Amino acid sequence: MNEVRTAGLEQQRAAGVVDLDAAYRGSNIEHVLDELEGELVGLAPVKRRIREIAALLLIARVREEQGLATDKPTLHMSFTGHPGTGKTTVALQMAKILQQLGYVRKGHLVVATRDDLVGQYVGHTAPKTKEVIKRAMGGVLFIDEAYYLYRPENERDYGQEAIEMLLQAMENQRDDLVVILAGYKNRMETFFQSNPGFHSRVGNHLDFPDYSLDELMEIAELMVRRQHYEFDSAARAAFREYLMLRMPQPHFANARSVRNALDRIKLRQANRLIAARGLVSKDDLARLDATDILQSRVFQGGNDGVGEE
Amino acid sequence: MRITQGTFSYLPDLTDDQIKAQIEYCLKNDWAVSVEHTDDPHPRNVYWDMWALPMFDLKDPSAIMLEVNACRKTFPHRYIKVNGYDRRYGRQTTGISFIVNRPAEEPGFRLDRQDAADRQIRYTLHPYATEKPAGQRYGESNGEPK
Repeated sequence: MNEVRTAGLEQQRAAGVVDLDAAYRGSNIEHVLDELEGELVGLAPVKRRIREIAALLLIARVREEQGLATDKPTLHMSFTGHPGTGKTTVALQMAKILQQLGYVRKGHLVVATRDDLVGQYVGHTAPKTKEVIKRAMGGVLFIDEAYYLYRPENERDYGQEAIEMLLQAMENQRDDLVVILAGYKNRMETFFQSNPGFHSRVGNHLDFPDYSLDELMEIAELMVRRQHYEFDSAARAAFREYLMLRMPQPHFANARSVRNALDRIKLRQANRLIAARGLVSKDDLARLDATDILQSRVFQGGNDGVGEE
Repeated sequence: MRITQGTFSYLPDLTDDQIKAQIEYCLKNDWAVSVEHTDDPHPRNVYWDMWALPMFDLKDPSAIMLEVNACRKTFPHRYIKVNGYDRRYGRQTTGISFIVNRPAEEPGFRLDRQDAADRQIRYTLHPYATEKPAGQRYGESNGEPK
């Protein structure tokens, strides 16, 4: 049986036929894509784009094996969207996908912001940026709020130096490193306009939409369940109401705000249990009450997002 | 006289790809890789100069090769070695150590005999290179890197 199959494969190879199923399974990306699907609520356009990118990269790999030379696909990306829309999480998965497909060797993610790249004094920036680039080699360098690198109002700003080194690395070390730039959409657009070098080196622009109320509820349920808590039905309704009030407020950061709100709710639940003393059941320890939620400042017309970004 | 020491002393000098593969092996074992250089070829010279700090945080051999090449560029006429430290034992244990750069000309050693008491003979190795001050031994003009 095996011999027959091998013979078949030999024939296929001779005729230039490639088994895409085998290539797909061999690359093991199905697993990562499924994980992405399961782990992230909503984000349909992002997931679609990632599938497309994965398909492109897989085909590019197979073409290369067949000797159909093409330019290497540009792997650097930009992720735009409001805070808490899952940019870092997706970047982590992206690193895994790129590793499975053999485009980066290690598949780790190094997160950097302006502080990690730009120095305090003359001559401080280059070694700092170089250090970060070296750490990210073999993986993905994720630069959060990349537009802070560029400060046009201060012409002696050291950010420009970091930008130049990054551009150089993106060009010369394409085999070693993939750069993902992330931040708010409109600010990233201005950043790209004033730094055309970045724009031309970034191949894929992914926009992360804000979550809808239903999606946020789904995220909240997921987080609650993962931490072994549960909402009762009154609490569920209260949390929905909380989100409705919270969403239009300033500093609303999507999934991150949900997580922070849940942290505060857990705190109030603990306080409530301690205040009541006496015997508690396992269910009591797990249950989040509507009262835990309704104590929030949001219901008194306040903003829960103060001090939260 | 071609000086040999360390892990692959019996082999010809490693190519860059082979060096990279060895670094990859170190990283796979979670060893911290460091680069050191010297212009004192004596075999008992164990304290080489460090080229920056051991690279605890790097995950990819290409990044370490960058440092190796930077060191080669600064000290083209010195001995440069790559070490991999295995910290599992809680003390500094060298898991691997091999030369990746050597001067173009290696003048070698002279054997010195010293007459000691009771017609005893003491032997010592005298590297010709060390007749010049450090930094000027292998075609470098002074102590400063070129």
